[in-house]
Amino acid sequence: MDFSWIFPYRDLILQGAFLTCLLLVISVTCGFGLAIFLAIAQVGKNPVARWLAKGYCTFFRGTPLLIQLWLIYYGLGTYLPYVPGLRTSFLWPILREGLFFAALALTLNFAAYQGEILRGAMLAVPKGELEAARAVGMSPAMILRRIWLPRAIRIGLPTFAGEVVLQLKATPIVFSVTVMDLYGAAYKIRQDTLLVYEPLLLVTLFYVGLTFLITQAFQKLENAVPTRR
Amino acid sequence: MNPTHSALDLLSIAPPGWGGVLLAGALATVLISSGAYLVGMLIGLFGALGKLSGFRPLQFLLNAYTTIIRAVPELILIVALYYAGTDGLNRILAWAGLGPIEINGLVAAVAVLGFVQGAYMTEVLRGAILAIPVGQLEAAKAFGMRPALRFRRIVLPGLIPNALPGFANLWMSVIKDSALIAVVGYQELALAARVAASNTKEYMVFFLAAAVLYLVITIVSNMLFATLEAYFRRGQRPVV
Repeated sequence: MDFSWIFPYRDLILQGAFLTCLLLVISVTCGFGLAIFLAIAQVGKNPVARWLAKGYCTFFRGTPLLIQLWLIYYGLGTYLPYVPGLRTSFLWPILREGLFFAALALTLNFAAYQGEILRGAMLAVPKGELEAARAVGMSPAMILRRIWLPRAIRIGLPTFAGEVVLQLKATPIVFSVTVMDLYGAAYKIRQDTLLVYEPLLLVTLFYVGLTFLITQAFQKLENAVPTRR
Repeated sequence: MNPTHSALDLLSIAPPGWGGVLLAGALATVLISSGAYLVGMLIGLFGALGKLSGFRPLQFLLNAYTTIIRAVPELILIVALYYAGTDGLNRILAWAGLGPIEINGLVAAVAVLGFVQGAYMTEVLRGAILAIPVGQLEAAKAFGMRPALRFRRIVLPGLIPNALPGFANLWMSVIKDSALIAVVGYQELALAARVAASNTKEYMVFFLAAAVLYLVITIVSNMLFATLEAYFRRGQRPVV
């Protein structure tokens, strides 16, 4: 075991760790926002919205993330320069990067899984609570905001922790679209130093450590919201 | 040229089109996945029995196996096991006085994915065995059934309905994980699509086609698992 490469490559490793965390945070927060709409559409009465949300979830849950990532990076990426005005806009430097496509693919993928979980959680909210909210004269939007969603999120909380960990474990594949995340850094170190296991070991320790932190944080969050059984 | 017409040309089965390559890739994906699934199931069965055996050192070893495999990203596991597996095997061969061999990509993919699946299978099967009512096992013991007979007649039929939802999830995940094999260079559906796409520069067409093939595989498997579960749950009281 030779770990003498850590010091010369420290910037690459730290940047990689930062990118991994950034991708996780972006995809989880944006994906969660999108998931709320997907869940509402699926439990709602509008058949078109329901059908669209169902189709979205089926597509993103039924195909590998790798294919979605390549579809977005190579497929969508080749059409973007032809959108009039986009090349000259201030957004172009962001849209040109692999990071943008990686974040987009991870977000869309996370939203599909999360939307499905949230749908189940929304259906699990006791009917009596929603009826009580209606009985005191809350409008449907207010019921959603004050009762239905908060209760559903609380019910789904244990599952969210697992989903976030799964999402973290999904991030390394962004290296295949030239994003230098933590795994990308390990890959480059392997190419430079011809060491296979040591960089992978270091990266693995980081992922396992972060997994531990995520589960601990969610445990705290779960304990912070009291439940009555 | 008419775009839909050109897409059809690109996807035709005969050699100028890449449809045949994609279908061969899809077949490879199904082969890898089912191979890994069976290997995983075997590991999982022994893993679950080992975990429930009450033999401390074995339990510790199996706990380490399932915890580590489930905590480390699949891509890293696949890359590490792929290199470590071929490397280790060649070292053993060299130690035995034999020359290094080129390991078949399919075999390596099945072994690596199967080893990963085994950890998840262990947990699914452990849960399914624990969900069998204790009374049934006690009744079997009271009748004087030996452990092997008890396992075959009571435990195995009892665990299948409990394990099926977990099995269905794992089948979906092994199909999607098998795409990661593309990273180590074995040509299954994802890599086939990538090869076709980079040769023709028609990325959208081929990745969409691959996505549709994956969808067909997952949706058909979903229906199969639903039928299987209905069959194995026959005679059970429906849960309201």
